[in-house]
Amino acid sequence: MMIKVQSADFCVGEEYSRLRQNADSDGAIVTFTGLVRDFNQDGSVSSMFIEHYPGMTEKSLMKICSEARMRWELGQISVIHRIGHLTASEQIVFVGVTAKHRKEAFEGAQFIMDYLKNSAPLWKKEGTLSGMKWVDSKTSDEQALTRWYEDKQVS
Amino acid sequence: MINIKFFADFRERAGVASLKLEQSGETTVASLVETLLEQNNDFEFLSSKNVLIAVNQTLSASDAKINDGDEVAFFPPVTGG
Repeated sequence: MMIKVQSADFCVGEEYSRLRQNADSDGAIVTFTGLVRDFNQDGSVSSMFIEHYPGMTEKSLMKICSEARMRWELGQISVIHRIGHLTASEQIVFVGVTAKHRKEAFEGAQFIMDYLKNSAPLWKKEGTLSGMKWVDSKTSDEQALTRWYEDKQVS
Repeated sequence: MINIKFFADFRERAGVASLKLEQSGETTVASLVETLLEQNNDFEFLSSKNVLIAVNQTLSASDAKINDGDEVAFFPPVTGG
């Protein structure tokens, strides 16, 4: 399990290679990369600042990955989240998961992203024409969690 | 001593990122919030519905027990990813 919270950018190719090198007998790798959109709730976004809770962010991401491992048989897991100043179209987040088969890899990666969006202590502040503004949380992100509710929850 | 932290919008509204509060014996997050509200109007945001609480860096409810030396953080719903 590799968890990184950093201001530096990352290279998806390098992350993929690392996952692949350690994938052993796994037959599937799923990776997800999130980018800064240039348009959000209140118009165009020129820049973004991401604040986090040092220590708890890492702890919370570890917990989410451990929970994913309890649900699916997963091999390698990598999560990178960037913090600080970002501009439109930059990479914000990376989730990579390996597993024996694609179903576990797809579901594991999606589970990690859904819980990251709802429980990892990170906050976006967007720079728009009318100034810097904290982004409101979205109910659609909360609803995305309900698909995982049949079993245990991450708190 | 309880270490209190605020993040994002709450940090800006509180005007501080962290503060320490003298505390002897066990209490709850809810009564800590009452104490803060009595102290300063700037903490009014703590009485809103959308307040997330972490005790020692684990998400907790307002009835969570806290003791001397604990770290209690208040923050708005998260928006990472």
